[in-house]
Amino acid sequence: MLGFLQRPVVVTADINLNVVALTAVGLLSRLWQLSYPRAVVFDEVYYGQYISFYMKRIFFLDGSGPPFGHMLLALGGYLGGFDGNFLWNRIGAEYSTNVPVWSLRLLPALAGALSVPMAYQIMWELGFSHCAAVGAALLILIENSLITQSRLMLLESVLIFFNLLAVLSYLKFSNSQKHRPFSPSWWFWLMLTGVACSCAVGTKYVGVFTYLLVLGVAAAHAWHLIGDQTLSNVHVLCHLLARAVALLVIPVLVYLLFFYVHLLLLCRSGPHDQIMSSAFQASLEGGLARITQGQPLEVAYGSQVTLKNVFGQPVPCWLHSHQSTYPMIYENGRGSSHQQQVTCYPFKDVNNWWIVKDPGRHQLVVNNPPRPVRHGDIVQLVHGMTTRLLNTHDVAAPLSPHSQEVSCYIDYNVSMPAQNLWRLDIVNRESDTDVWKTILSEVRFVHVNTSAILKLSGAPLPDWGFRQLEVVGEKLSRGYHGSTVWNVEEHRYGRSQEQKERELELRSPAQMDASRNLSFMARFSELQWRMLTVRSDDSEHKYSSTPLDWVTLDTSIAYWLHPRTSAQIHLLGNIVIWASASLATLVYALLFVWYLLRRRRRVCDLPEDCWLRWALAGALCAGGWAVNYVPFFLMEKTLFLYHYLPALAFQILLLPVVLEHVSGRLCRSQLQRSFFGALVVAWFASACHVSNTLRPLTYGDRSLSPSELKALRWKDSWDILIRKY
Amino acid sequence: MRKGIQRRWDETHFGKMGSYYINRTFFFDVHPPLGKMLIGLAGYLSGYDGTFLFQKPGDKYEHHSYLGMRGFCAFLGALLIPFAYLTVLELSQSLPAALLTAALLTFDTGCLTLSQYILLDPILMFFIMAAMLSMVKYNSCANRPFSAPWWIWLSLTGVNLAGALGVKFVGLFIILQVGWNTLSDLWHLFGDLNLSMVTVGKHLTARVLCLIVLPLALYTATYAVHFMVLNKSGPGDGFFSSAFQARLSGNNLHNASIPEHLAYGSVITVKSARMAVGYLHSHGHLYPEGIGARQQQVTTYLHKDYNNLWIIKKHNTNSDPLDPSLPVEFVRHGDIIRLEHKETSRNLHSHYHEAPLTRKHYQVTGYGINGTGDSNDFWRIEVVNRKFGNRIKVLRSRIRLIHLVTGCVLGSSGKVLPKWGWEQLEVTCTPYLKETLNSIWNVEDHINPKLPNISLDVLHPGFPEIMLEAHMVMIRGNSGLKPKDNEFTSKPWHWPINYQGLRFSGINDTDFRVYLLGNPVVWWLNLLSIALYLLSGSIFAVAVQRGARLPAEVEGLSQVLLQGGGQLLLGWMIHYFPFFLMGRILYFHHYFPAMLFSSMLTGLLWDTLLRLCAWSLASFSLAGHVHALGILSLLLGIAYSFYLFHPLAYGMVGPLAQDPRSPMAGLRWLESWDF
Repeated sequence: MLGFLQRPVVVTADINLNVVALTAVGLLSRLWQLSYPRAVVFDEVYYGQYISFYMKRIFFLDGSGPPFGHMLLALGGYLGGFDGNFLWNRIGAEYSTNVPVWSLRLLPALAGALSVPMAYQIMWELGFSHCAAVGAALLILIENSLITQSRLMLLESVLIFFNLLAVLSYLKFSNSQKHRPFSPSWWFWLMLTGVACSCAVGTKYVGVFTYLLVLGVAAAHAWHLIGDQTLSNVHVLCHLLARAVALLVIPVLVYLLFFYVHLLLLCRSGPHDQIMSSAFQASLEGGLARITQGQPLEVAYGSQVTLKNVFGQPVPCWLHSHQSTYPMIYENGRGSSHQQQVTCYPFKDVNNWWIVKDPGRHQLVVNNPPRPVRHGDIVQLVHGMTTRLLNTHDVAAPLSPHSQEVSCYIDYNVSMPAQNLWRLDIVNRESDTDVWKTILSEVRFVHVNTSAILKLSGAPLPDWGFRQLEVVGEKLSRGYHGSTVWNVEEHRYGRSQEQKERELELRSPAQMDASRNLSFMARFSELQWRMLTVRSDDSEHKYSSTPLDWVTLDTSIAYWLHPRTSAQIHLLGNIVIWASASLATLVYALLFVWYLLRRRRRVCDLPEDCWLRWALAGALCAGGWAVNYVPFFLMEKTLFLYHYLPALAFQILLLPVVLEHVSGRLCRSQLQRSFFGALVVAWFASACHVSNTLRPLTYGDRSLSPSELKALRWKDSWDILIRKY
Repeated sequence: MRKGIQRRWDETHFGKMGSYYINRTFFFDVHPPLGKMLIGLAGYLSGYDGTFLFQKPGDKYEHHSYLGMRGFCAFLGALLIPFAYLTVLELSQSLPAALLTAALLTFDTGCLTLSQYILLDPILMFFIMAAMLSMVKYNSCANRPFSAPWWIWLSLTGVNLAGALGVKFVGLFIILQVGWNTLSDLWHLFGDLNLSMVTVGKHLTARVLCLIVLPLALYTATYAVHFMVLNKSGPGDGFFSSAFQARLSGNNLHNASIPEHLAYGSVITVKSARMAVGYLHSHGHLYPEGIGARQQQVTTYLHKDYNNLWIIKKHNTNSDPLDPSLPVEFVRHGDIIRLEHKETSRNLHSHYHEAPLTRKHYQVTGYGINGTGDSNDFWRIEVVNRKFGNRIKVLRSRIRLIHLVTGCVLGSSGKVLPKWGWEQLEVTCTPYLKETLNSIWNVEDHINPKLPNISLDVLHPGFPEIMLEAHMVMIRGNSGLKPKDNEFTSKPWHWPINYQGLRFSGINDTDFRVYLLGNPVVWWLNLLSIALYLLSGSIFAVAVQRGARLPAEVEGLSQVLLQGGGQLLLGWMIHYFPFFLMGRILYFHHYFPAMLFSSMLTGLLWDTLLRLCAWSLASFSLAGHVHALGILSLLLGIAYSFYLFHPLAYGMVGPLAQDPRSPMAGLRWLESWDF
């Protein structure tokens, strides 16, 4: 206990100067002139607006990725004291003085810089020589596309950082497994693996592929562990539990934590509110909450309500009616009932108000005490402004002839009786006697006579219907679908007996008591679901490309052009590195298959430990490349060259693996070995040369003449911008 | 079978295609041809004359002899049961397991319903099961390689694979399964040092021959027959390229003779090079308000029509180039032209308004009166990969039309316009000059009285080309089957839990109704069995990996469970999970191949588990009966549930199930079942 009194306190520090030096050059390459250009570069215009939202704490919804990446960028803004006042509308727009460009770009740049020493460490932990490890780090260092991408407010470098961190910490963990399981450092690296995986997924969804890869490798190692009969059953169980907690439970918790912080930060209502459910909107400050605050919770007979469709596609809208009737005969010759139109209207309007009426009574006011409406009750819905009753009958709907028309009933005395009774079906009820609640209850209206269900068909009506959305009675209902479900958004108890008074009452703003809070899990699941399903516009882009273009670098992206000179930033890879990395992948695959087949015939070219190292390096580096690349073939979204960078980072790590293997195993004589060494040096020199040649396009610091730019256009498909003077 | 005189649901579809084969008219469908050919053949042999119209579900068959086609499908559907029986018998070597499987499939209302009608699914399932059975059989011949039965089963596997793929593309899944099995088999042989490399080579060649070459040859042969039989022009022509159509008698390109080079004044049709997009089209309807300029619509249209005709004119004169006094002037690569729509005399026009669906492109319209418009009507015509000044060949030149003022390229986005555009496809002018098939066109019909017609024999595409094209069109057709918004669609997670069926015929209480729904007892038992299998399988796997010593009997059972069961589980997964990735519209009946595998797994699992139970209770006197009793009660339970649910398949009349008077009252266990 008091051991430190008997022995002097000694701190021994191993400082690997390689790591220090690599970190230093990494920082230098990524941070040099970081705040240049002081203008919006490419996708900064996209991420920037979210940073502003965070600064102003306004809720937004972005389908492109989970919130952790956005929050990291916003952290940069917070540290730099950004107030969020900048209009992110145009690439190339100059930043105003209140935008702390340097600190906004700092975190991605740091992530990019730290990837360099991490490449070194990964190689070292994989059991390769320092020389190979330094080589890997230098290749990451001079890769132009990685430099460009990390010097801007973009997320790829952050994603690459966490991908590499996950792999590195897993390697550290599995290396300490042999000597000291359950030691503090073993726990530390195991936990860090889980956290890093979760951060990668939290930055971009594609991080999930690296997570799955790490899980796969961990599962293979664990399976081995199960087969190890020197360990006791309890011991094995402890090992498995520790891994399950660190690699399955912790990532989920950390991921939830991101959303928790995200929702904690974004507490004000904003432009994307409309997409969310009423309950979610009511949980934000301002917006709907201002209206719904203090509404009575339970809907009673005589309540005045607005009914919002839950599905809300193509746009969120409310059940609506107005004086106009359906045209007697449609364009295509079919007839209608000529009764009052019922539609779904995407704007707030006094005509969206409906009154819930008890079919057995005449009054349209709420009794004291109010009689709540319950699941299964039969109700009538009275349109507030016209006092007509919601009705449906066996007449084909205007645009969906398979469904019934929904109208507000007008008695023309033509033997078409009113059919205006609806049974209330609360979809998310807990018991069969649940009360219909404002905002929280999702209800369906089932027509009593025909058992049709009130549904938003989503088709916009022609001019006679003022292009509002069609509402129909669906006869063939199959299960749950959001378009048949409605919820009460605004609600108040009706007090006025007379129609004139009632109209005044409908026009007056609602006011009431008691607020409702949604639990975090409910908000999380709704937000996550909307983020995954929100449909981005079909965005064909000038610089979009297909995955096949990436390997051969047949595409490029112009990021920024100086407003006057031809200085420009262009996302271009170092073509020597790209080509040799692809070649290395191919060589690796061929050698791997060759060794595997020969091992199967009991011919062991490699000693066991060497083979295991070779296989693990391949699983992580070649596997990392494959899992980050192949899935893009199945994706339907617009793809850009920068989507390839995470895969490329792994592929570059494979290069020194293959080179060291070739020189160490395949070169038999000393002569061959030195010859091969000379080749590698020449190759590396050429990669450096290419990197240096492309440098003006990477940093955008120097204006090149048109002839110089033309000389750089090595491929016809590179759209380098050349100014015409 | 005779009771259903009306046609059910998809029978409209496949029955019609059977008729097409009998009438030899060309049609287009998203599935490969074998299944429909077999239906057609069955119809032909049973005397069906192909004259029934198959227009809408519910029509009466009347005097037409349709029983041959139905009988054929039903026969194949019935064969599934013996196949499943034999497969499980082979995998488990246990009669009760095989019996249980057979009972599960016999008493499943879903399989029964599906095999009663003229559909592709019974044929597909037949080939899948046959392939599985022959694969299992040849696996069991592994100890006698190169013997006669070994060869027979191996080549039968290949034949059935070709059959499965030839009926529907989902046949690919069973190919994956056989492929996986073969690879692991070869890996095993390769690791056996007693076998020389030559023997391993022989094994490899045999498999390549029987499982790759043979199926490919058969699959190609079905296409050869398909193209040979269907040699008359029909409703499917427009989906295919000009060259393809030239093969079909009755098509205007068949043995066509048209002027070779494009000249001013010619009347032409312009076809997109992208498959299944169609002809450049315009009609006398305007774009609706709010969608670009309110000018005449320009679309692409798949069918042949007078509105596809355009006149090619010089940009600067409006004189009639067909005036016989003027010399013929050919259109050359790089010329500035105007395209006038023949029926409405409006010019092809574009301007800086956003296109209706692809917002980043420009709108294309018909503009001007009697050919007089403005400078936005000028287009530069270019031939891909040619030098300036060359003439433009009809049919063979691949051309691009570049808008002079904005510099954009005429293209089709392939998106379907809403109702105002008659659900034709959108035409846009794209400012992105990338060379894609969307923006490449070719001239198909060409009418010019001043030029001599020459016969075009060049348009005889080789068989590989037609085959490739047919596949491209099918794949595009498949990916085009997208669910619409606000439509209730079946989701893959609905299927194993039997969440919702499919209405085959009849809606109202007076109709004769057939409802496709699995027997819930069977299906939920299957679902439970998969979970149970995963549990017991992993317990055994971990035990083996930990080196636990199992008694000989348990050892044998665990082998059956891990290997036989593993294969069946793999089959279920391969036939089920890929549907989660599919973007196309999905139906409940897509699950049935997977359901066959899961039923086989159920049979095998319960037999094994009951045997294990009996073994562990061996000290008790009644232990021997545990197994027999268990199997017997399962069999009886399934049979009784079939008795309850059989009206679903054989048809029911009377009120709907929520009505207490209905014969199905009380059987609507899930609210989502709507029978």
